[in-house]
Amino acid sequence: MINEIYFMNGYAGYVLSAFSFTLLSFLGLYLVVKVQLVREQNKFVAKFGTLDSEKAKSAKQQRINKEILANATNN
Amino acid sequence: MFKLLEPNKIYKITSRAPRYILFLFIVVLSVGLVEALILSPADYKQSDAVRIMYVHVPAAWISLGIFSSLTLLSICGFIFKNKNFFLISKSLAPSGFVFNVIALVTGSIWGKPTWGTWWAWDARITSMLIMAIFYLMYLIVWRIYDKEEKVFKISTFITVIGIINIPIIKYSVDWWNTLHQPASINILSKSSIHSSMLYPLLIMTAAFALFSLLIFLMKYNTELIKIKNRGLDRL
Repeated sequence: MINEIYFMNGYAGYVLSAFSFTLLSFLGLYLVVKVQLVREQNKFVAKFGTLDSEKAKSAKQQRINKEILANATNN
Repeated sequence: MFKLLEPNKIYKITSRAPRYILFLFIVVLSVGLVEALILSPADYKQSDAVRIMYVHVPAAWISLGIFSSLTLLSICGFIFKNKNFFLISKSLAPSGFVFNVIALVTGSIWGKPTWGTWWAWDARITSMLIMAIFYLMYLIVWRIYDKEEKVFKISTFITVIGIINIPIIKYSVDWWNTLHQPASINILSKSSIHSSMLYPLLIMTAAFALFSLLIFLMKYNTELIKIKNRGLDRL
């Protein structure tokens, strides 16, 4: 049984390389997109920090800005 | 109706959903992998090489679905003059392209033991390669142009031309003599695939769909934050 699963009647090389390529592509895409997201969040937090109190107050009135700041601190 | 889908209103959902979708994706993918690699039977002709179908077919289906969505969203963006459609479309494209590449590569790996060759200029394979080129052009346009109006026009043009290829991909196995086998699953008529292979295929398709949703949401959030970053610059 274990041998059957392991060797797949001689097709294991093809099957496992197809599955590995797929999973590695998933991992690669996930990491690239995650890095882009974190980079933009950090940029947002840094820009927000440079605003004077008046501008920061008006920017914080937008719900989305508050959410971005909250998510950036969670990451 | 579109006001309900305004980025400001939906960000709370789109920013929190990825962690739950990632969890669900890992669960469904784990079940799918056990089904595909261990529990599903080998084919009477192709033996265990048939297991490649569980990654090849879902990847091809989803890449076709995403390309059709890109076209529909781009056209809607123009009709309703709503930038959000283009933003959604842009966020969908990377996963569509990756799924297209996966379908091509796993198809090539599957081709070697079944047809005896890694590649053939067959109608189905060539038309899938053409779709990958359209995906690539779409992604490049968003990278190289700065003016939004220009990007919207060119990217829509690319998707409208590219959509002509979709029925060619679908019917290529019926219209021409190809190495590629005809469709085993039909929505309107009886499928020729046994349930012991159909269920793992559907589970893997669900896992792949969850992954594309996850990537879409993360990319969409990135795009929204980019817009907000530009907004802070203007303050």
